[in-house]
Amino acid sequence: MIDIAVIDYGMGNLRSVAKAIEHVAPRLGVAVTSDPRVVRDASRVVFPGQGAMPDCMREMEARGLRDAVVVSAREKPFLGICIGLQMLFERSEEGDVAGLGLLSGKVRRFHTGALFDAQGNKLKVPHMGWNEVQQTMSHPLWDGIASGSRFYFVHSYFPEPADPRIIAGCSRYPGSFACAVASGNLFAVQFHPEKSQAAGLRLLANFVAWQPERGSRAGAGRQPVADVNR
Amino acid sequence: MGLAKRVIPCLDVTAGRVVKGVKFAGLRDAGDPVEIARRYDEQGADELTFLDITASSDERGLLLHIVEDVAAQVFIPLTVGGGVRTADDVRRLLNAGADKVSINTAAVQNPRLVAECTARYGSQCIVVAVDAKRVDGGAAPRWEVFTHGGRRPSGHDALEWGRRMQQLGAGEILLTSMDRDGTRKGFDLELTRAFSDALDIPVIASGGVGNLDHLVDGIIKGHADAVLAASIFHYGEYTVRQVKEHMARHGIEVRL
Repeated sequence: MIDIAVIDYGMGNLRSVAKAIEHVAPRLGVAVTSDPRVVRDASRVVFPGQGAMPDCMREMEARGLRDAVVVSAREKPFLGICIGLQMLFERSEEGDVAGLGLLSGKVRRFHTGALFDAQGNKLKVPHMGWNEVQQTMSHPLWDGIASGSRFYFVHSYFPEPADPRIIAGCSRYPGSFACAVASGNLFAVQFHPEKSQAAGLRLLANFVAWQPERGSRAGAGRQPVADVNR
Repeated sequence: MGLAKRVIPCLDVTAGRVVKGVKFAGLRDAGDPVEIARRYDEQGADELTFLDITASSDERGLLLHIVEDVAAQVFIPLTVGGGVRTADDVRRLLNAGADKVSINTAAVQNPRLVAECTARYGSQCIVVAVDAKRVDGGAAPRWEVFTHGGRRPSGHDALEWGRRMQQLGAGEILLTSMDRDGTRKGFDLELTRAFSDALDIPVIASGGVGNLDHLVDGIIKGHADAVLAASIFHYGEYTVRQVKEHMARHGIEVRL
């Protein structure tokens, strides 16, 4: 019996994710898998992603994982990371590709050459490094993590949820953008908890211990989020 | 408050040990890589860079084991470089637990390797290391790309080269001044600023750090997104935390 399935669709390196989860949950079975049956049977699912979203969508589809991802995102504790967050939305500016549509909204690009910090220096794209995450809702996955803690980011695109009530955390680059979303049993982050030292490991430990309330579903982001507030 | 400037300790590794030398000569043993990596992580390093300076290929396997050991214990980004020749080398390092792989000489010999690797693994994990040396003469300052640990001129103008690497998908540039590397005289700030202002991707300044003010200068005067240093950390002169506190006192946003 697999406790936690880390979905592998051939895009990027999932070793870091698996290692970090094993570190916080040494007694649980963690599988890096591209087998839809293993994903369906697992108690919890982690949906990472690196690289370009059009490639991620294509590779995921090619492995027959779409249904397993969609069902898992609706039914059990589900954690999206980086492109794994972006793919939950309806559409991305990257390659103008359609996502899974589990959350309403789109994924947009930071505008290269048009971003400046307070000193007038050019901000680079990708947004790479440690940025502060302001928690905009209370949530079991934030337990023990101070609002404003820094997490490690590396990305050029960010989500723009249609329903602001699903936003669980925001960062600034230089404008505010959503970097964490929550809906029912689903939580997704734009940053990399597996590379974010103590704060990241705590978030993963919180995910492993998370028992979402029954009946709460990730209904395309239109569900009220009151059921995830504590 | 927003994105913090990064402080990246660099570990030169050969035959399974961390070493430090001046301009690749006179190497001194600085300790066990896993132990040092853990120490820097505890001190608040934002990332770690391992540079394999092993000459012979049969000792390369050692580095993969080191990367595996470090990746199982240290949960911050790890960059590994040195002797990366092929897309398969990149894959092996990523599978061992590296988050980014830095490509240097091989990018000059075959620029398509950069495009191939960024297409296959994503820009986020491909760092192009540029070893630049100042060219004497001429009205405006110029730098040339060197390869093979700074021994061989490539004929490429460094800034043009940086732009081309960005175009091929490089996620960031690790920029080392060969004139300053190992001298402890500070970064070549003119070089750093020229790169950082010309490129849209992050630039890591490297080569020449001897004191805390050099790191501040790299950010404020050099416009670097991150600073990399080796020797000031290895012998316990300064901890990563001391470096960051010093930078914070100069108004630089850091992760403390």
